[in-house]
Amino acid sequence: MTKKRTIGAIVYHVLVLAGAFIMIYPLLWMIFSSFKPTNSVLPTAKQLLPTVWTLDNYRTGWKGFMGYTFATFFKNSFFISILSTFGTLVSSAFVAYGLQRLHFKLKGILFVLVLSTMMLPPQILMIPQYMWFRRLGWVGTYYPMILPYFFAIQGFFVYLIMNFIGGVPKELDEAAKIDGCSYYGIFFRVIFPLIVPALITSAIFSFIWRWDDYLSALLYVTKPEMRPISLALKLFNDPSSGSDIGATLAMSTLSIVPATVLFLIFQKSLVEGIASSGIKG
Amino acid sequence: MEKKRSLRQRLGDEHVAGYIFSLPFIIGFLMFMLIPMVMSLYLSFCKYDIQNPATFIGLKNYIDIFHDKSFWKALRVTCYYALIGTPLKVIFALIVALILARDTKLTGFYRAAYYLPSIIGGSVAVAILWRRMFEPTGTINAILSVVFPGMTNFNWFGEKSAIWVLIVLTVWQFGSSMLIFLSALKQINRELYEAAMVDGANKWKQFWKVTLPLLTPTVFFNLVQQTINSFLAFTQSKLITDGQPKDSTLFYTLYVYRKAFPNMGKSQMGYASALAWIMLVIISCVTALLFWSRSKWVYED
Repeated sequence: MTKKRTIGAIVYHVLVLAGAFIMIYPLLWMIFSSFKPTNSVLPTAKQLLPTVWTLDNYRTGWKGFMGYTFATFFKNSFFISILSTFGTLVSSAFVAYGLQRLHFKLKGILFVLVLSTMMLPPQILMIPQYMWFRRLGWVGTYYPMILPYFFAIQGFFVYLIMNFIGGVPKELDEAAKIDGCSYYGIFFRVIFPLIVPALITSAIFSFIWRWDDYLSALLYVTKPEMRPISLALKLFNDPSSGSDIGATLAMSTLSIVPATVLFLIFQKSLVEGIASSGIKG
Repeated sequence: MEKKRSLRQRLGDEHVAGYIFSLPFIIGFLMFMLIPMVMSLYLSFCKYDIQNPATFIGLKNYIDIFHDKSFWKALRVTCYYALIGTPLKVIFALIVALILARDTKLTGFYRAAYYLPSIIGGSVAVAILWRRMFEPTGTINAILSVVFPGMTNFNWFGEKSAIWVLIVLTVWQFGSSMLIFLSALKQINRELYEAAMVDGANKWKQFWKVTLPLLTPTVFFNLVQQTINSFLAFTQSKLITDGQPKDSTLFYTLYVYRKAFPNMGKSQMGYASALAWIMLVIISCVTALLFWSRSKWVYED
């Protein structure tokens, strides 16, 4: 019986590991190919590990194109992603507290509107927002990619944080109130420190989404020096830029490093965040 | 002194505080959602090329769209992608979740490995990688030709198969649905399985009679979420196939983009606005349909 069980366990692990390997194979291929000499990437496409290891692709790739190195593009992406994520967190938590804890007349309607923003994703708003931002004179600036996020426009995050605040005991609010704390004091001193886990989950998703955001960059970035990594990578891969496959794969690999590192560090809270957003839905 | 105190008191009022806390969202909703949407609703009844002022033309855009072959093509392509890609993704997510529900020392690692593609799948890097992998000389054909020698030069970006390159990409990212299934699986009461076992139900029967019915709310949630997502696919199709060949991967959002920002010729912002509004109506209908179907197959306790 136990022997049968051990064999069963081994079969299970071998199969699941094989599946995991297939799942991440494309990424492994990209990473290892970026260390192959560029002219051997396609001829040895079948083979995962390089025969000769080289950093040449990283050297040529980093030089970028049209006079701008990838340092510029990375800097731009970090700037946009960090600022907009900061805005998302602060505004979403602020709004979430009001909608979760306070009672006021239009609360019900506002909550429905928050949820409705999840039905109005960027792809639908692409044309309407473009025309509006154009009128505001924002095309060619970073404003459309940063400012809106300071106004809690992503219902997903408000909802996620609301659920989390719902789990904080109300007695804490009451105690602070008796001690003379205003609603604002309660939010900043009591609630905010307690919802850090939800904020971390939100921060990671927000950062990755802003980092990957190609559509906004395509619509609003007009100057080469303002290109974020998403747009730069696309142009770098175009045949008109020479399209060196080794260099492209090297820069692609670098571009997913921030998301991958965040994922590996905060894996646990991310997994829980996803899971709980699902249960509540 | 008197005035200052009353202001402070007023700010302390729960109703007032409620509106102050909601203020960012109220401003954001007006500025970045409502005004643009109303503006585009008006422009959908106009001829507008950005350069010249808009001229009101009534329902003409909507009537033209109805006779526009590319519109119907884009709608067909998008539905095909959504109707095949979404169920496949949800089924994969469910199967893998059932396999990973077992608690072993390596479960955390497995979960991370299967979820990683979803985390980075939306990036430009993955789009580029996908294009490179499915090129005739790419790694996919190189590996497949080991088993099927005829595959050496298969053109994945042909008219019939190009959409499948994108479907495979979306199915590959089943990770977040999988995690949602996993957490739902954990909440199923163990006693139900014991009771089923006493009744002589084998594993297969337990799945169909206990697990699946209790998971239907989660299946529903994933279906709604993923259907909406697949109707809105943009970045990956723009970067990997750009609608080619012969518009066989012309996703709806891509078509809207082309009308608004054509490679050559004048922009048709009014027309694109009308297309966006039609999309919104379609998505609302699909969501409503899914919710209507809910009572027919979703188990509620």
